[in-house]
Amino acid sequence: MEKDVQILEDVTIRFAGDSGDGMQLTGSQFTNSTALAGNDLSTLPDYPAEIRAPAGTLYGVSGFQLHFSNSDIQTPGDSPDVLVAMNPAALKVNLKDLKKNATIIVNTSAFDAKNLKLAHYDSNPLEDDSLEGYEVVQVPLTQMTMTALESLSISIKEKERCKNFFALGLMYWLYSRPIEATLEWIDEKFGKLPLIQEANKKALMAGYYFGENTELFTSRFHIERAKLPEGTYRNISGNEATAYGFIAASVKSKLPLFLGSYPITPASDILHELSRHRNFGVKTFQAEDEIAAVAATIGAAYAGSLAITTTSGPGLALKTEAVGLAVMTELPMVIVNVQRGGPSTGLPTKTEQADLLQAVHGRNGEAPVCVLAAATPADCFDVAIEASRIAIKYMTPVIMLTDGYLGNGSEPWLVPPVDSIPEIPVHFVAEGEEFHPYSRDENLSRPWAKPGTPGLEHRIGGLEKAHITGHVNYDPDNHHFMINMRQNKINKIQQDIPDLEVRGDQKGDLLVLGWGGTFGAITEAVTKVTKTGYNVSQAHLKHMCPFPKNTAEVLKNFKKVLIPEINLGQLAKLIKMEFLIDVESFNRVRGLPFKSSDIEARIIEILGEQK
Amino acid sequence: MSDKTSVIETKKLTAKDFSSQQDVRWCPGCGDYSILAQMQRTSPDLGIPKEKFVWVSGIGCSSRFPYYMDTYGFHGIHGRALAIASGVKIANPDLSVWVATGDGDCLSIGGNHFIHTCRRNMDIKILLFNNRIYGLTKGQYSPTSEKGKKTKSTPFGSIDYPFNPPAVAIGVDATFVARSVDRDPKHLQAMMQRAAKHTGTAFIEIFQNCNIFNDGAFFDLTEKDRKADNVVMMEHGKPLLFGKENDKAIILDGLTPKVVSLADGKYSVNDAWVHDEFDRNPARAHILSHFTEMEGFPVPFGVFRQIEKSTYDGDTHDQIESFIKVKGQGDLNKLFMSGNTWTIE
Repeated sequence: MEKDVQILEDVTIRFAGDSGDGMQLTGSQFTNSTALAGNDLSTLPDYPAEIRAPAGTLYGVSGFQLHFSNSDIQTPGDSPDVLVAMNPAALKVNLKDLKKNATIIVNTSAFDAKNLKLAHYDSNPLEDDSLEGYEVVQVPLTQMTMTALESLSISIKEKERCKNFFALGLMYWLYSRPIEATLEWIDEKFGKLPLIQEANKKALMAGYYFGENTELFTSRFHIERAKLPEGTYRNISGNEATAYGFIAASVKSKLPLFLGSYPITPASDILHELSRHRNFGVKTFQAEDEIAAVAATIGAAYAGSLAITTTSGPGLALKTEAVGLAVMTELPMVIVNVQRGGPSTGLPTKTEQADLLQAVHGRNGEAPVCVLAAATPADCFDVAIEASRIAIKYMTPVIMLTDGYLGNGSEPWLVPPVDSIPEIPVHFVAEGEEFHPYSRDENLSRPWAKPGTPGLEHRIGGLEKAHITGHVNYDPDNHHFMINMRQNKINKIQQDIPDLEVRGDQKGDLLVLGWGGTFGAITEAVTKVTKTGYNVSQAHLKHMCPFPKNTAEVLKNFKKVLIPEINLGQLAKLIKMEFLIDVESFNRVRGLPFKSSDIEARIIEILGEQK
Repeated sequence: MSDKTSVIETKKLTAKDFSSQQDVRWCPGCGDYSILAQMQRTSPDLGIPKEKFVWVSGIGCSSRFPYYMDTYGFHGIHGRALAIASGVKIANPDLSVWVATGDGDCLSIGGNHFIHTCRRNMDIKILLFNNRIYGLTKGQYSPTSEKGKKTKSTPFGSIDYPFNPPAVAIGVDATFVARSVDRDPKHLQAMMQRAAKHTGTAFIEIFQNCNIFNDGAFFDLTEKDRKADNVVMMEHGKPLLFGKENDKAIILDGLTPKVVSLADGKYSVNDAWVHDEFDRNPARAHILSHFTEMEGFPVPFGVFRQIEKSTYDGDTHDQIESFIKVKGQGDLNKLFMSGNTWTIE
């Protein structure tokens, strides 16, 4: 049966099911195939902290949202056009987020009395009028999977577990996605379990052919390739990009890479990724706790490595004292904080931007560090290199902020030619060179002397140091001098970073100023309101401490500055404090990325309805 | 090789070469002075180039140690010396990494790092200065203070049971565990030499007198008149004998150790427990380590056990080497292009 093909500009799909249903896997496979189809895309995995929450419950629902398009896109989409709901709980949890006339593909096999009760449904939503206005496509996904796998001698449970591949196959057909990459992935993943391998492939193909043959769908959809800049692309998540950035920094600085880390959501994937690349000489040390991880990182920096540690908010809290030690000993290292919902254990799998003040100020004593923040998943690559460069050049700890959304989310990455990445110069004091542990170069950096170099034996530590000699020193004037020296060194980085750029008019009524992972949502909001005739400009900070040197100048060119943040106004506080200007804040702390429509509404509220 | 180089190579370093010019700031009479002196005396004889020594410490009286050694040194933060040292050693396994720590630093705030360092068999030498008291914070009880001890923070007596450091180390399968004391310089030097030659975590508990806050804590073990009856020297292949006339022996009755007299003819030297440092089974070393808590038993000095096991830093290095053999040296371009890519023209 030949079906119509409708051409679409962009689509947002959300896959939702039990946390054991393989929704993250389904989503990431769909993402990969969509990338290969040449669309621009952005993803939002959203899963519970429980690994296998009781099946069918509302809190056990795991989702994966994907926005793909034939043009450049910035966000994973505010509201899905399509929901694939594997059970009643998935339907209930996600319904409120959907577009008004969204398509809902439901797995009717899971809509039995038990699951309806677990989802707190009094009556079956497929049978009453609660889904009015939506286009509901009822498919007995589980049952059809079982039928397709009838002939295979594996257990009923194993057959049932293949239903996500059936759903994936159906969606591949519906959105005209290539199926080969997933078939290859199944071969690679399940090659050692030939029956499971066959079952998953069969389920995938059965779903695909079901789409083709069923009369439930009268047409299928096609999204043209996106017109992105020339070059070779691959899909990359923020955590992968962070890991790649450090490997690149290691190659470009010719320093061995050391990672000290303790597993923590949502940062662990950086540890996983770096552990795989021993052939780059990468040494990953999974320490006994967060403190050991950062302390070992300091030791490795002292011994002459490019030393990094990765964590999330609660972990950074534990590392705080040691970061102060790195400030005092002036050793280069990068601390990555993939921010998550806080305080305390908070929302481990959700995103937030509430660790900015912790990063900039959260230490005892005057302990300045450099703080950077990545804007998109692929940007994590560049920021990891920039963080390494600054750490080495200024002999300082650098905190790199990403967040759960950036870390787990993914987008196409324009792979840079290796030669285009600049070398990172490193100087170790050589035997026979004049050496004073706390002398200063033109950047106010102290020299880096590697243990093992004859004649440079010296002692450093957490006690206050005498200027130049580095001996322990309690002199009041020396302390005052050194406090200022450490601060001035960080301030000096300002001369070495790009200016803050403004998108749109350089002067005007409103500047929307953002930082970190809200870049996509702000960009989309500003683009939309600009299209409707508003004059709004946008700037996005990557260097959080110190700020770019033209920041004050930029801000003062606008009557109003709006700062959207997923916290209670932490950048707003820093801006007000440093530049004595008033700003408007827009804060939503829901564990989720901003919806661009919310920012849009706030912009319109500030500027007034268009006359 | 030119004559000049060979002259430099054969130039024998002395204790003075390992002494930094900084003023030593321990209290006069502190046992730490002896430990420092023995280390400075021992260092030139270890066959390790001076620039390869790295001394790491945490916080406490003992942790000032690195400042006084003219080697590379890192004075860290409280409890974290072993974690810092682990980073140094993994990053550069060529270095000889030593840690000076105290009973609070190592076993209280740093307890976690201590057990995990031993567990990994990180090639680090640990000198635990155990004075059974907090010195730098001025006299609170420590995790090795005896139960009932009256201190500033335990005016009615401590109700904590103490740690037994060698027992802890043996419990986590440390590959070299020894005990010595500040007032026996020769023995202490010998233990330092043994630790240096061991590949893997080497742990020496050093009883150290704090003459300000816990004076005389170990006098039973160090003073001439009492020492012989209270100390048993562990030596490999030799029977465990003690007493002024070597007239007392330890025998092992199943799993139960007993102190017996050799004077009355009931037992002879041949009945005594013969110490085996290299026994892979930790049971006997464990029994020995608990003598300190057993009424009527002498305190053992010497090496409880020494076994061979691969080290964490060595295994890291081996994994990298063997992975490079299989995969080839890392290539950035290949890394970037791994997985599925597509090209827009």
